[in-house]
Amino acid sequence: MTSTEVVRGEEWLRPKPAKDPVSTPYWEAAARGELLIQHCPSCGNRQWYPRAVCTACGESPEWEQASGRGTVHTFTIIRQNYAKPFRDLLPYVVAMIELEEGPMVMGNVTDIEADDVQIGMPVEVYMVEAEEGLGVPFWRPAKS
Amino acid sequence: MDSRKWRLFYFGPMDRTPVIVGVGLSEYPKAPDLDAVQHHSLAMQRALADCGIPKREIDGYICAGGSGGMMVDDAVTMSEYLRIDHRYVDSTMTGGSSFEFHVQHGAAAIRDGACDTILVTYGSDQLSRMGRMLGTGGFQRGGSRVAGPMQYEAPYGNSLVGAYAMAARRHMHEFGTTSEQLAEIAVGVREFATLNPKAIYRDPITVDDVVNSRMIADPLHKLDCCAITDGGGAFIMTTAERARDLAQPPVYVLGAAGAQTHWNISQMPDYTTTAGAKAGPEAFARAGLTPDDVDMIMFYDSFTITVLLLLESVGFCKRGEGGPFVAEGHLKRGGKLPLNTDGGGLSSCHPGMRGIFLIIEAVRQLRGQAGEVQVPDCNVALAAGSGGWLSAIGVAILGKEHP
Repeated sequence: MTSTEVVRGEEWLRPKPAKDPVSTPYWEAAARGELLIQHCPSCGNRQWYPRAVCTACGESPEWEQASGRGTVHTFTIIRQNYAKPFRDLLPYVVAMIELEEGPMVMGNVTDIEADDVQIGMPVEVYMVEAEEGLGVPFWRPAKS
Repeated sequence: MDSRKWRLFYFGPMDRTPVIVGVGLSEYPKAPDLDAVQHHSLAMQRALADCGIPKREIDGYICAGGSGGMMVDDAVTMSEYLRIDHRYVDSTMTGGSSFEFHVQHGAAAIRDGACDTILVTYGSDQLSRMGRMLGTGGFQRGGSRVAGPMQYEAPYGNSLVGAYAMAARRHMHEFGTTSEQLAEIAVGVREFATLNPKAIYRDPITVDDVVNSRMIADPLHKLDCCAITDGGGAFIMTTAERARDLAQPPVYVLGAAGAQTHWNISQMPDYTTTAGAKAGPEAFARAGLTPDDVDMIMFYDSFTITVLLLLESVGFCKRGEGGPFVAEGHLKRGGKLPLNTDGGGLSSCHPGMRGIFLIIEAVRQLRGQAGEVQVPDCNVALAAGSGGWLSAIGVAILGKEHP
């Protein structure tokens, strides 16, 4: 599995995730260009966001690297947000991405005019480094 | 033990059917001189005065808190502040639907004998304290650290409106629902608001006004979104037995149920339906009624899409048919299923957690005290609250007749 692009060196003005024991591997993997989801060895359930338990059966899930490919399940174009830095980014797209592996993840779809985003559109992940060891997944239209 | 309890002790079981006997509102839409706790207090005074029950008789208290800001208004703090000598307390907090869950819990506690008379209160000074930025400015700002499940959403700058917009977009995609159909909901609720002297927005609007209003988060326009106001409310539940000699006729709790599918919007399992699909049928089963028996509905109208999804999931129309159902005009004044006769959260009063006003207006209708907006022959009303981001749905079916 190839690692995805990681954009480094840009000033990060957005809210930062507060790493915790469960989320730390997720954010650290993203900083390396890997999108992680969780897979339950007991029942096979796959889930996002990461948790200490499988939401289906309650067992302990394991990490699994996702392909980083998915489609837009639903989205909105944010046209009003008074909070910094988002007020300077308007309009932008917040979407739920349905991963090839099944789970849905939230993210922004970039590198496309907001009005051109459509449900069902194939997208691929890229990472932006918020700080050392903390990468955040973003999405752009799939190249192929 | 007071004399009434001795009487019960000697004369056997009484009619413990749960009823709502007192309701009270504080002040809305703007009350700059009241803080959240004062809203709770004023609403309690008015609910007690409404039914004539003395405060000392309250032996159960339910409070979700949640006013936010500097004020602490959780159940234990408010219980101390109001000095409620309770033997039953419940602090269930499911966001705006808390109060429909409170009816469910309160009814069970009264039936069970855990207590006899329950006070439920709510208060918020949101408009006076925060202004109107909540929907599009209340999420985390840059520079903050976000813990817990929100850490996976906060970097992306979603707004409160955006969360509901994602559900609306998906519903449009799957079922062809249109912005014009959603707008019909706002137009109908606004018509009721024109008849409520206290409503924050009182000018009539058209479908064109809604779809031409500023886009906040596609596909939701400004007029698809609820108001932001101050406000507070209280209601008092007791037994049908106790209600026999009170100032107001009792309103019976016929059936109540609640369910939850998720909390944060990224975890919504299906963006086109809600936990009302579980809570609605269960409340109807408990009441022994069907949607056809309902004379008016009080639905959480944080956004037009909230009403549409509740209509379908609670069971008033088939899945995907909410758009055409609304366009037929059933929810409007004079329709077969009038919606939010007080002007709703969309046009009258939405201090953050609107669910208590659904109960209070339903009671007013069932008592026949709704004046100009009175629904004729109103025997059964259904309140459906939505808390979080279409997350926790509480349904309470209330009636004029003893079940």
